[in-house]
Amino acid sequence: MPTSSELAVVATNLGKRYRLGESIRHDVARDWLADTTARLLGRRGRASARSSPSELWALRGVDFEIERGDVVGVIGRNGAGKSTLLKILTRVTRPTTGSLSGWGRVGSLLELGTGFHPELTGRENVFLSGAVLGMRRAEIVRKFDRIVEFSGIEHMLDTPVKRYSSGMYVRLGFSVAAHLEPDILVLDEVLAVGDAPFQGRCLELVRRLSHDGTTVLLVSHNLGTVTSFCRSGLLLEEGRLAAQGPVEDVVRTYVRSLEAAAGRALGERDDRSGEGLVSVTCARVLGAEGSGSLETGEPARFDFEVTRCLPGLQCSFTVYDMTGAAVTYFDSGEASPLDVPFEPGTGSGPGTVSCELDELLLLPGRYRLNVALYLEGELQDHVEAATFFSVAQGAIRGRPVSSGSGHAGIQIPHLWKFEHLPARQRNASVR
Amino acid sequence: MIGAATREPELKPFVVETRRPGIRGSAERLREVVDSRELLAFLAWRDLTVRYKQSTVGVLWAVLQPLLLAAAFTLFFGRLAGLGADDVSYALATFVALLPWQLVAFGVFSASGSVVRGQDLVTRAYFPRILIPLAPFAVALVDFCAAFAVALLWLAVASPSLTPAIAWVPVFLLLALVTAVGVGCWLAALNVRFRDVQVAVPLLVQLWFFCTPIAYPSSIVPEQWRVAYAMNPMVTAVDGFRAALIGSPQLELPAVAVSIAVAVAVMLTGIAFFWRTEDTIADVV
Repeated sequence: MPTSSELAVVATNLGKRYRLGESIRHDVARDWLADTTARLLGRRGRASARSSPSELWALRGVDFEIERGDVVGVIGRNGAGKSTLLKILTRVTRPTTGSLSGWGRVGSLLELGTGFHPELTGRENVFLSGAVLGMRRAEIVRKFDRIVEFSGIEHMLDTPVKRYSSGMYVRLGFSVAAHLEPDILVLDEVLAVGDAPFQGRCLELVRRLSHDGTTVLLVSHNLGTVTSFCRSGLLLEEGRLAAQGPVEDVVRTYVRSLEAAAGRALGERDDRSGEGLVSVTCARVLGAEGSGSLETGEPARFDFEVTRCLPGLQCSFTVYDMTGAAVTYFDSGEASPLDVPFEPGTGSGPGTVSCELDELLLLPGRYRLNVALYLEGELQDHVEAATFFSVAQGAIRGRPVSSGSGHAGIQIPHLWKFEHLPARQRNASVR
Repeated sequence: MIGAATREPELKPFVVETRRPGIRGSAERLREVVDSRELLAFLAWRDLTVRYKQSTVGVLWAVLQPLLLAAAFTLFFGRLAGLGADDVSYALATFVALLPWQLVAFGVFSASGSVVRGQDLVTRAYFPRILIPLAPFAVALVDFCAAFAVALLWLAVASPSLTPAIAWVPVFLLLALVTAVGVGCWLAALNVRFRDVQVAVPLLVQLWFFCTPIAYPSSIVPEQWRVAYAMNPMVTAVDGFRAALIGSPQLELPAVAVSIAVAVAVMLTGIAFFWRTEDTIADVV
């Protein structure tokens, strides 16, 4: 058995099974009675761990160890089990098999303002939320002034939080959660909410906690954030641990697996999210004159075949480099008068959405793209790593562009000028 | 500022796994509940604060409700249906009976919906979930105290006057509480799974009301059925309040024993059932 001086978290054969009926909710007792009767009559005695169509193993047989003080990025696609893992770690739910042991207090910045009651004042909510998060009364009293000062809402302390702006609400919630002084801190994409100064504050806090020895687990889709922020990585795939180790290696493994998945026909992939009224069946990136090869500086076209041509369809996609950093973003929602919409009255059959570029400004290298479709602001389809493509060396306005430094990214068209100063000024500057 | 505090060299270990069923699991849960008593106090305090902030008449409501009910019963059951010997003693007997009943009815109502109402707490933070259906009983108890104070005032001027039998009140209060906690835990856990429960609770409480000697004296129940009747623990709780405060009816030991046994059984099974579902509440709710 490892000791607490080295390790923060140990997972052993961790598994979590959801019965699909449960997550959908039994609204009516009748359903449950029918299920139970069926179970009693016929299906009694089958192995409980055997998977049936109505079950979903969000996590299965996951083993890992996390060292104390490590900063770990938890990555994986939607539905890979990341949030289930966090829920188990924060003890919101319990695993079906195996166990997760840890040492010290677990704090999370998953959702801010946990336990807040809108009718109560800021002062009252600090106590309530603190207690819900696991602090003792004496501890809250001791930290109260610091919590208030950090939140910067002294003047609103005796106002019910229902009158707070959302920013103030989040700041107070964050301040309480931050002062929990956890030994293990769990972070989600929560850092994406709030304004820039607030995000800066979050990151500053996390850095300090980590510096003081707090173990940090960060779940993020932004591989760039993970790479820059974390020391090690943990990759989940369909509920299983696919890789663990130094963050660069794990991110590379993940990106490779994304590429492997992209080999499958896009329409048949089920690792997608959204309402599904309309979905993307094919994503292609084409070069000049519809060829398959792309070159920096040449025209390019991004083609997406969609299942239905619905008016108001919005398409957006983001291009990522192989380190997982987002390079550029395109969104048909930001319309230009020159855009061509679906022709009205031509039915709602399959169609193509394409995005044309006169000049591809991406540096040579390999890229992937995530695509999303929206209808009236509602997400219909979202596929990560819908396709991968390579950009070959080319020239932007006659200037050769190579990947050079090894950093992917974009090149901005530009012009250098080297000029002699006129003779009189030259003399002046020499003197 | 943050994190600068010195860390304890040895961190407290914890394990998250499927909890053992049976006695050992229950002992673990019980220990957690005892450890979290401060949080229970906080939740109770939250409910109290919110309640008295929102309502303008505040605690007066807790007094007004049984008074108005007692008045209505006196008019319709006591006088018109002829269940009471005279208006004043019928009204007093009804008011006294409503003391434990209001506590139970309010407690069961709030507890049964509490987990569903508090779902964002359940899905965001970890603490023993049973604190959620327990917390509303604080409000129920405060309301009870207010109404009880009025009862004492009334009894001070009424005849027969108070006797030392009043010392029995806490016993019957406890009986009512045990029953209410048991039923509340059952319904709260069931409600997470079946939202029908929410709809059924008012009906259930109403039926229960008529099975309890509040608007009528328990003496109208035939002798040979009294023990079976006492399987509703509220029969003994209500009669106990009457016996302790206004001197009648006489309690019969077999009936009292049955009531206590049922109440304890309901509470233990209620808690056990709640604990059985406790660990999956966040997955289902």
